[in-house]
Amino acid sequence: MATPKAISRKTTDLGSDYKWGFVTDIQSDVAPKGLNEDIIRLISGKKNEPAWMLDWRLRAYRHWTKVSHEEPRWAKVNFPPIDYQDIRYYSAPVSMKGAEGLDEVDPELVEAFNKLGIPIDEQKKLTGVAVDAVFDSVSVATTLQETLNKLGIIFCSFSEAVQKHPDLVRKYLGSVVPHTDNFFASLNSAVFSDGSFAYVPPGVRCPVELMTYFRINTEGTGQFERTLIIADKGSYVSYLEGCTAPMRKSHQLHAAVVELVALDNAEIKYSTLQNWYPGDKDGKGGVYNFVTKRGKAAGVNSKISWTQVETGSAITWKYPGVILQGDNSVGEFYSVALVNNYQQADTGTKMIHIGSNTRSTIVAKGISAGHGQNTYRGLVKIMPSAAGARNFTRCDSLLIGEECGAHTVPYIEVRNPTARMEHEASTSKVSEDQLFYLMQRGISEENAQHMIINGFCRGVFQELPFEFAMEASQLLKVSLEGAIG
Amino acid sequence: MNARSETRNQPLLEVRNLHVSAGGVEILKGLDLSVNLGAVHAIMGPNGSGKSTLTNVLAGRPDYEVTEGKVLYGGRDLLAMAPDERAREGVFLAFQYPVELPGVRNREFLRAALDAVREHRGLQKLSVREFNKLHEEKAGEVEMDPDLIKRSVNEGFSGGEKKRNEILQMTVLDPTLALLDETDSGLDIDALQTVARGVNKFRSPSKAIVLVTHYQRILNYITPDHVHVLIEGRIVKSGGSELAHELESKGYEWVKKTVQSGSEVGV
Amino acid sequence: MAKTPATYDTYLAEHREFEKGLPTQRPEWLERTRERALSRFRELGFPTARRGNEAWKYTNVAPIANASFSYPLNGASQVEPADLTGIAPWDDTWINLVFVNGRYSQALSGGQAAPDGARVTSLGAAIAADGGVIEEHLAQHATFEHDGFTALNTAFIRDGALVHLPDGEPLQSPLHLIFVTTDSGQPAVTYPRTLVVAGAHSKVTVVETYVSLSATPNFTNAVTEIVVGDGAQVEHYRLLLESADAFHVGTSRVYQGRDSTFASTSFARGVAIGRHDLRVLLDAPGSSCLLRGLYVTSGTQHMDNYLNIDHAKPHTTSRLKYKGILDGASRAVFGGMVLVRPGAVKADAQQTDKNLILSDEAELDSKPGLEIYADDVQCGHGATAGSIAEDAMFYMRSRGLDSETATAYLIRGFASEITDAIDLEPVRACVEAAILGALPRIQAGRGS
Repeated sequence: MATPKAISRKTTDLGSDYKWGFVTDIQSDVAPKGLNEDIIRLISGKKNEPAWMLDWRLRAYRHWTKVSHEEPRWAKVNFPPIDYQDIRYYSAPVSMKGAEGLDEVDPELVEAFNKLGIPIDEQKKLTGVAVDAVFDSVSVATTLQETLNKLGIIFCSFSEAVQKHPDLVRKYLGSVVPHTDNFFASLNSAVFSDGSFAYVPPGVRCPVELMTYFRINTEGTGQFERTLIIADKGSYVSYLEGCTAPMRKSHQLHAAVVELVALDNAEIKYSTLQNWYPGDKDGKGGVYNFVTKRGKAAGVNSKISWTQVETGSAITWKYPGVILQGDNSVGEFYSVALVNNYQQADTGTKMIHIGSNTRSTIVAKGISAGHGQNTYRGLVKIMPSAAGARNFTRCDSLLIGEECGAHTVPYIEVRNPTARMEHEASTSKVSEDQLFYLMQRGISEENAQHMIINGFCRGVFQELPFEFAMEASQLLKVSLEGAIG
Repeated sequence: MNARSETRNQPLLEVRNLHVSAGGVEILKGLDLSVNLGAVHAIMGPNGSGKSTLTNVLAGRPDYEVTEGKVLYGGRDLLAMAPDERAREGVFLAFQYPVELPGVRNREFLRAALDAVREHRGLQKLSVREFNKLHEEKAGEVEMDPDLIKRSVNEGFSGGEKKRNEILQMTVLDPTLALLDETDSGLDIDALQTVARGVNKFRSPSKAIVLVTHYQRILNYITPDHVHVLIEGRIVKSGGSELAHELESKGYEWVKKTVQSGSEVGV
Repeated sequence: MAKTPATYDTYLAEHREFEKGLPTQRPEWLERTRERALSRFRELGFPTARRGNEAWKYTNVAPIANASFSYPLNGASQVEPADLTGIAPWDDTWINLVFVNGRYSQALSGGQAAPDGARVTSLGAAIAADGGVIEEHLAQHATFEHDGFTALNTAFIRDGALVHLPDGEPLQSPLHLIFVTTDSGQPAVTYPRTLVVAGAHSKVTVVETYVSLSATPNFTNAVTEIVVGDGAQVEHYRLLLESADAFHVGTSRVYQGRDSTFASTSFARGVAIGRHDLRVLLDAPGSSCLLRGLYVTSGTQHMDNYLNIDHAKPHTTSRLKYKGILDGASRAVFGGMVLVRPGAVKADAQQTDKNLILSDEAELDSKPGLEIYADDVQCGHGATAGSIAEDAMFYMRSRGLDSETATAYLIRGFASEITDAIDLEPVRACVEAAILGALPRIQAGRGS
């Protein structure tokens, strides 16, 4: 039976608010802990990568070792030093070796994704969504291949793309986020294990949502996926990303890189529901989510739109940005970031205006509860060439409780007099008047709070595909349990 | 227990010697009021006399402190109930200044409220279709622009639209006791008539209405059974609907004088 | 890692000379403060825009750090009263104190005398006479632990301005502190120092003006501390009118008591590198501040306004409104941070930074920030940047104005939000004149 309504995740409640915290008992092929050139050769070898791919990784690794004392510390987040030699850089379910079709995928894995509400079995597939399921370091299945093939759309695991579409990968890999970009991007470039790859040919409007679901399972494993999406001239694609991890007492590192390229008149819409394990009520455990995401609106009239709902992770450090290179190109960033308990988030965007008449819109909503610390950090840079550029930024923060913090740190750099930019920000709590009004109509305080918070996020949620929006609203509610009411 | 189940001879609402302060200042100074089912009470008074304080305290707004007195609603201690509990028990406040709720859609808001109220009354939730039908019908009665219904609650509404929206909510939620706080203020004549029509339609032997106003104007369209004059935190004079007309022609100063000179305070 | 770059040797050598010139009788507390400040400066040096130094992200002080400045010990004799009236606002009915290269000049000062009870005087003389209130406040608000410039200024404290109003005493006459730098033949550094202590329920208007009498690229390193007592009202103006090639780093620290108000207007005409770092500590319920600012830059000038408002206690209010006009290849930096500390509920903070960019090469870097740790607050900020609206320009030109004249009108209109709020007529006139004076290209274009 098809599951038309997406992604309701009914899994066994393990006695915690985090309902995705189960561990899948599966045998994994893991690399020894630590990082050196041999490990990189091992990863590359496991994937039968061509020499150019290994060379690229090694260049990144050598750069990383040079800058490895310069872990970025400017963000408003605190974490103890990370021992990069104490992390496993590769873990794959043993059963994946040589699995050719879905029939050969370990039933345990299929079940794991079923439990997450992401059926990868073709018989149970989500309507209108093609899913690439990534488990620890490898992609386990990609659905709806037939539909996509007919249109010439490539949607596969990154490893497969390296084998089957090396020219495209070589052309665009690192073209938006170079291997030297920052500490975590360099690390990712050296050790990334898998991820998704999508290419939409000229003039094609991708009829289904492409989705990758990321799952960390093995303890002590870092996840370093790499996603590359190319929308060729006049094409359109909407891409969704979801993620969860089991509850672990120790922190897990997730350092992903996402690169988007939109050519002339192309549009990419990228939506994320980030729900990595946030740690427990006392701040123990949780994922360090240190991610570099960037799109290049390379062509004229191209458009890249990021929408993110960030409720998970102990620490979130990410700034999905757009390089507005093509004339008349458009960049958008819609974000809801929620922190509760001891979560920390330092997230925002970078809009780099290069082409003339480029436009960017930023709408960021931050919600802080418990002892959470939430920072919006965003750069709007208008280069001398960006005549007629426009930016509008709106950042709002909502505080729930007295122990949390909400911070707004915009950077506005204007080098063209014909550019026009506007930035507005506000911080407040849920107003007593609003609460009273709702309660006077018979709505309980908890539901009233939830309704106001949902309303606060409306401008972002409405940018999400419908099922994702429902899911996002639910996620907020679950993430705030105990913080309100 | 539901207020509706009360016997007719017991007042629906009984306010006894109510003293209320806000920010350390006493506003209501021993107010008494008794409201039976089926009755429409108008409370009139000059600015600052405590009219809005009364309705807000009855609805449970947290900014006020009750220092003395009690309020019984259907025989129960109203002041002990949380605001949402009062609402579910059938107390409705039409706000003087309806609050804007950015991002909260009118329809979803009203549906959540109706679900809560109906659940409390032991009624089935309405299906989407039933709710939409009810909503459209009631919206038509108060001549609400259908576009507004799709928008966020009260956001960007004109004064008149906000007041219509209050009456719409009242008719959908179907309370037992409606407290109308200056619902007439800031309305042009057309909007006033629409609002009054909504209130008159709502009026029935199983409801009670307390209507607070500064002006007599709205009473041309809604004829009250009782009129009370509230001055400096106390009801100083009560009478029938003719009292409103008397007030209109003679002004509040006249009441003050008659009260000061020790002449009758009717009940 | 306390490594003093060779260039700091000059400062240390000058400090040795400076110490020789100090009076033999000197208070021990001040001596200790200077010593600690000097040793802190040795450790800190000048700030760099190194990774993570958000406070100096957009301002590179290398041209100051790498230059060599002499420390003039006098210079008052070169200055005539008439030199000042032309370049600074002047009113004989005010109380005027003139400082030449950081030292008080009795001869140049004048106007009214301060009324009984109030002390408006040379800091040096006041220290010698009676430490009292000075020891209690000097270097207590402008701390130097994390600030090389303040450390250096503090190490060189000798003179400056002292304003002390006793409790309940309003001072009707505005008070004008004029800091002049002269031409000492080579680039020189001065360390103006001001301490204003407004007692409970007192009231005062203080104008702080910085001017130069030469085009030499002098370096002014000024520090001002203002204590606004409970219920006191302080109105403060700060006018940076030094020469176009000057270096100016000003640090102002304001401490506010219960129910006090502090209103400030800061005007900066562009200099080679200018920075004003203003921090207001709202340390008691009911305190409020209103900060206005206007900066005008041209050529290759660089002007940095760095503002911090610290809502430390509940029920505090701040309003910040800055505007910038940028021309040529100049660069303006705005950094505004509103901090609301844990428990400081009912904080109400609004800040805006609006900019008018007149040329292709000018650059604006604006960083308005909020750092909020209390839930029951109303805080917001806004920033805008853009050029002159084309329709406004076209409208004026269609009425026969040339583009420069029209531009001048529009600039004046843009600035009027700040200038109209200036209550002191001579200050307003001076600022209005200085706006166009700071924009030689527009000025020249008007021809007539």
